[in-house]
Amino acid sequence: MRFQTIEELVTLGEQENKSIAELMIEEQSAETGRSKTEEFSQMKDLYGVMKDAVHKGLTEDTTSKNGLTGKDAQRVMHYTDSHDPVAGEHSARAMTYALAVSEINASMGKIVATPTAGSCGVIPGVFVSAQERHQWPDEKMVHGLFCAGALGYVIANNSFVSGAEGGCQAEIGSAVGMASGAIAELNGASPREVSHAVGMSLKNMLGLVCDPVAGLVEVPCIVRNGFGAVTALTAADMARAGMKSVIPADEVVKTMFDIGNAMSSDYKETARGGLAQTPTGKAIMENIFERG
Amino acid sequence: MKFKDVFSIIGPAMVGPSSSHTAGAVRLGRIAGQLLGELPEKADITFYGSFAETYQGHGTDIAIAGGLLHYDTDDERIPNSLNIAKNKGINMTFSNETGSRLHPNTARLCLSSASRHLNVTGSSIGGGNVQIVNINGFDVSFTGLYPTLVITYRDRPGMVAEISGLLWDKQVNISHMEVDRKGRSGEAMMVMEIDNHLPEEVISKIGRISGTESVRKMDITKEVLS
Repeated sequence: MRFQTIEELVTLGEQENKSIAELMIEEQSAETGRSKTEEFSQMKDLYGVMKDAVHKGLTEDTTSKNGLTGKDAQRVMHYTDSHDPVAGEHSARAMTYALAVSEINASMGKIVATPTAGSCGVIPGVFVSAQERHQWPDEKMVHGLFCAGALGYVIANNSFVSGAEGGCQAEIGSAVGMASGAIAELNGASPREVSHAVGMSLKNMLGLVCDPVAGLVEVPCIVRNGFGAVTALTAADMARAGMKSVIPADEVVKTMFDIGNAMSSDYKETARGGLAQTPTGKAIMENIFERG
Repeated sequence: MKFKDVFSIIGPAMVGPSSSHTAGAVRLGRIAGQLLGELPEKADITFYGSFAETYQGHGTDIAIAGGLLHYDTDDERIPNSLNIAKNKGINMTFSNETGSRLHPNTARLCLSSASRHLNVTGSSIGGGNVQIVNINGFDVSFTGLYPTLVITYRDRPGMVAEISGLLWDKQVNISHMEVDRKGRSGEAMMVMEIDNHLPEEVISKIGRISGTESVRKMDITKEVLS
């Protein structure tokens, strides 16, 4: 790949007058030796899986194996359809779809790791709701996934994307950064504006710990996917409005890496700290393991 | 660069809930199943570390069963794979062991069929990626991201040259290779990760080399129908 940082992506985009999505498709094709058409087709299949996951999460029984979570997306959907949601209809729909995919994941349904299974709801939530809202064709959305992938590639190689390595900031945080930049670009943002969206959204996620109750990808992972989708939308609006990330995106990525390394292992998916060690969290864990 | 392309970030498509505890476990089962070369009649699985602590919550046991049935990470039969395996005559047991110095997400799979027996130990190292660390007592290290040959033989001079020569004849590139043995002139194992698909005739030629005891090909990079 010709880029290892967000800044290099922006510079390439400006010099060659290309979107980040276009750059990623070209670089991916150069890396694998396959045609751009083949790369595009593989990504299109993954977008199909994402849309299916949204649909199933809104229509099927998503109760998890241990009964801890499930069908919250359907509750929020019903509420959104019958009320004027406080967060506004579009935000509510992005949140609903993100919850739906995350619940499909928790109930052993089929999802796409974006970048991980724990954060698999954020990008489909943002993408599928935006597609419905604007009646965009699948091709445009698949393009957007390459933009998200380019941003994730930079974050993953300069920091981390798994909760076990860097806490939830690395997992949901990376997904939010990727989604915010991609949805900004889909709405016409320049590569520079995309970098500001990534910088601002990632800043909002810094320090978030990975503290799943009983070690399961359910509490608080599912709600954090819902919140993550809305955060991505707000960062895209800030960047499109001309707000700048005073700390450049690459420095925020580096900061996430430093914070993750300083974080105690109690807060890295071990269930030894945070919400997992609250009285209720411990009771849930004991209950699940007793039933084993 | 840890992550080399866009599909290591957007992907894989997989059955939830965890890329390390579910998708990685499917791949461990699938690799072990391919190395055995047929469906096992008995599969005794031992979990270590975090696998031992949380395998039921994450469906790691179910995922290993799915792998033994040759399912890929996104096969929607995975949630039912324990039952399917049972109906296909695979008797599975699961146990936990602690105090190991292995990677926290590790499983040992002891598989038996009527004619074959195989012990495979592997770790799930994140994002659905795995590393096989031991086969039948031989220390190995491969990921399953490439087609892989696993050969057991009686050690003697020229073995490596003869086998790699057969690959060279077919212009097959070896991207990673390792050998381990239990003693001089004793039982040895060779593992080769290769860049291309390997014709069956090469595998049978390797099998006819003097000293070769078994040749197994493992390839989880493409869909295997079952």
